[in-house]
Amino acid sequence: MLTLSLILIPAIASLLLPFIKGEITKTIAFVVALAELAVALFAITQFSPDTVTPQFAYDYPWIASLGVHFSGGMDGISMLLVLLTTILTPLIVLSTFGYSYNHSSAFYALILLMEAALVGVFTSQDAFVFYLFWEAALIPVYFLAAIWGGEKRIAITFKFFIYTIFGSLFMLVALVYLYMQTPGNHSSAIADIYKVALDSHTQSWVFWALFIAFAIKMPIFPFHTWQPDTYTESPTPATMLLSGIMLKMGIYGVIRWLLPIVPAGVAQWSTTVIILSIIGIIYGSIIAIQQKDLKKLLAYSSFAHVGLMAAGVFSLTLKGMQGAVIQMLAHGINVVGLFFVAEIIQRRLRTRDIDRMGGITQNTPVLTVFFMILMLGSVALPLTNGFVGEFLLLSGVYEFNHWYGAIAGLTIIFGAVYMLKMFQGVMFGEQNHWTEKVTDITLTESAVLFPLVVLVFWMGIAPGSFLKLTEPAVIQILQLATGK
Amino acid sequence: MLPIIVLSISGIVALFLGFLKSRWILMPLTLLFILAAIVGVLLDKNGMSPYAGAFPTMLSTDNVSIAFSGIILLAALFIVPLSRYYANQENAQPAEYYAIILFSLVGALMMTSYENLIMLFVGLEILSISMYILTGSDKDNLRSGEAALKYFLMGSFATGILLFGVALLYGATGGFDLHMIANYVHHSGNISPMLYLGLSIVLIGILFKLSIAPFHFWTPDVYDGAPSVFTAFMSTIVKTAGFAALYKILSVSFSDLYGFWWVCLAITTIATLIIGNITAVYQTSFKRMLAYSSISHAGYLLMAVTTFNAYSQKAIIFYSLAYALSTITAFGVLIIVEQTANDKYEAFNGLGKRAPLLAFVNTVAMCSLAGMPLTAGFIGKFFVFTSAADNDMVWIMIIAILMSAVGFYYYFRVIIAMYMRPAIESDVDNEVVVPGIYRTVLMLATLLTILFGLAPDLLTSLF
Repeated sequence: MLTLSLILIPAIASLLLPFIKGEITKTIAFVVALAELAVALFAITQFSPDTVTPQFAYDYPWIASLGVHFSGGMDGISMLLVLLTTILTPLIVLSTFGYSYNHSSAFYALILLMEAALVGVFTSQDAFVFYLFWEAALIPVYFLAAIWGGEKRIAITFKFFIYTIFGSLFMLVALVYLYMQTPGNHSSAIADIYKVALDSHTQSWVFWALFIAFAIKMPIFPFHTWQPDTYTESPTPATMLLSGIMLKMGIYGVIRWLLPIVPAGVAQWSTTVIILSIIGIIYGSIIAIQQKDLKKLLAYSSFAHVGLMAAGVFSLTLKGMQGAVIQMLAHGINVVGLFFVAEIIQRRLRTRDIDRMGGITQNTPVLTVFFMILMLGSVALPLTNGFVGEFLLLSGVYEFNHWYGAIAGLTIIFGAVYMLKMFQGVMFGEQNHWTEKVTDITLTESAVLFPLVVLVFWMGIAPGSFLKLTEPAVIQILQLATGK
Repeated sequence: MLPIIVLSISGIVALFLGFLKSRWILMPLTLLFILAAIVGVLLDKNGMSPYAGAFPTMLSTDNVSIAFSGIILLAALFIVPLSRYYANQENAQPAEYYAIILFSLVGALMMTSYENLIMLFVGLEILSISMYILTGSDKDNLRSGEAALKYFLMGSFATGILLFGVALLYGATGGFDLHMIANYVHHSGNISPMLYLGLSIVLIGILFKLSIAPFHFWTPDVYDGAPSVFTAFMSTIVKTAGFAALYKILSVSFSDLYGFWWVCLAITTIATLIIGNITAVYQTSFKRMLAYSSISHAGYLLMAVTTFNAYSQKAIIFYSLAYALSTITAFGVLIIVEQTANDKYEAFNGLGKRAPLLAFVNTVAMCSLAGMPLTAGFIGKFFVFTSAADNDMVWIMIIAILMSAVGFYYYFRVIIAMYMRPAIESDVDNEVVVPGIYRTVLMLATLLTILFGLAPDLLTSLF
């Protein structure tokens, strides 16, 4: 029931919110998101990490004639991602305090709808329900970006939409096919789909049908071309949702819905995917180094980071997978923080051009500290959250193939280059007449950044508790994927 | 049988009601007649109708024909109120409209329950001739006349072809009766080539009526020229009746020849999906887009016929209903928007602000047509794809899926216009008036679209 309530709380709130007008919607959305967080935190106290069967499960027959059940539950991986979603959503809502959006009730309703759909994606135990939530997560962010976005929003979000729909539909082909392969009256329950045995030729195309959907969402090179523009043009709360949480849908999909279902397909193609991921890491990093637009730089850095996570997952090693899972959480925290910092700076300077910044730090000591910690987390400095993930990821990829590990390791160097370059360009150096009057961050803005910074250190210093949460589930997935 | 009798009589009654001075009574009465026909269908379903098995070699009712009849009458129930604008025009003869609509329904119902090829022919002709007239009913509009003429010429040509095919089948099997043909196919070791030719030609005749590529070329012009309410009629009722007829003849008489006809249908399915969807992208008018979209949806329906397995029947019925509901909504919205502007995409700009309700129902309709989850359209597509996957026709499914992605492009153009583009200046002051009866129809259709999307078993348990 806990899982179901995690979906229902934001979903119901998002349906009711449009009937309320005015500034109060903001507060209501925040309270709902906090309540959701409270439920998730309660769930984690009740959660026993050693069991791999889904906990807090619910299961209702839905389309009985097709054997579709509305069912869900959480294992360690789901729990961690639900935690990510429920921690970030209230912070994202809080980050909009102080700004006002037109039709704010619709704006917040969409954010909550998105939260509901994301929790649904991370907890579904039925292919049909998974697909449903997967699509449902797309709609709110599409509208968020297309209505409240920047100048070129319509064309760009349309591209994003067509891209992701395209991927989703391929996933639908695969899921329908898998569903039809289940014995008897057919069932779309994940447990039954796991049992489907396909020959290796079939697995090969099912792999691609599923993988394209996940690869577009992450995104992995060469399916990424929608990403930088969409991140840049979307209003920052939507960018935070996209980069912080939605990107993880792709990796989660790979872990839960790809590796265990088509292990032979994965074995055939994992090298290809890892190479594509590494190309993405290098390519994304190099472009990030060149970027003058703050948001675009972060978008490309996110693209590079997700490449490493994908490589880690496809290395099919415990370290790589654990690294990917923990890095999902870490990256979510860092990137949301960084995009919010970019938003803060953009609001004050009315530009995202790094060349027009500089010397901001002299007026903004508090912002500087927060920004630096988040930046260092993203660079993977030891004792920050990024380090744990990247270390595990790289050792996983290294275990898979030494050369790939070595090339993927360039991400650390490149990451340091573009992040430090950005930090230097934005915060240090001479003040100019734009940056002279910058004011330090407000209390609400600190209230968003502070919890993120705490998490950066917490995860960096004591990653054990997070790793312990996911280990049994990860081992189970690996067993299914490699047959060991 | 009962609904056919009810509709025939009520059609004649409606014709005589034209002598009345007041026209307002016509529409409610027509709705009442259709409701009576629906009651007739329900009586048939439960075997309570006195005529249930009266002419078993001519017409018969079973669960499938009842489901199709139900969809046809429900669609009619939704479309008739949308004719309000036309009925109020000075030169219009509403009594004749409504009578013709009722007669055309007789034809449509005959096509769902025929047992004999002659009945199929009669039903098809009743439906088609009614449609030719309705297409040209906007007498002041040249394009309407042109569309009617085009439809008439092409349509009668197709009927001629169909009749030719029926004659060949008769020649091969010695009967018009579906079961007699089935018997021949099943028991005759050496099937006459005439039968194959006859079957192919009959298929061409029916596919023409369904606007399946490569026999689709008349569709856009006819749909575009006809008054919108009758376009809605054509693209839902005619199509449903046509698919009922196609499915019936193939499943009853020719299931043993699946190996022969599936190839023909598979090729036309793919052609239809590709042509319908790709051409729809290039349209600048909402109405023409809907015309091409109706071609593409015929493709999905045909795909379910092509796969021909345990899932097909459910898929066709569900898809027909889902498609009918959304199409009627879209045309309903179009009729209102047409009053203030035109049928171009730009006319929809800013509709989200000017008429939130219209924009909302149209959004749901577009999502359903595109196949977005939580709408009936998605479940319909899901059924169709399931039936394809069951037959190992994954390659057709992949083409269909790619084309669905294309579909999202043009359906969402409307949503983008409604919510994200500012209204054209000349339109800003034009108030969008939504008459109460339109609102009821649109809300009801939208509600059903969402309901069947959330709980498809409500519908599938009925048949």
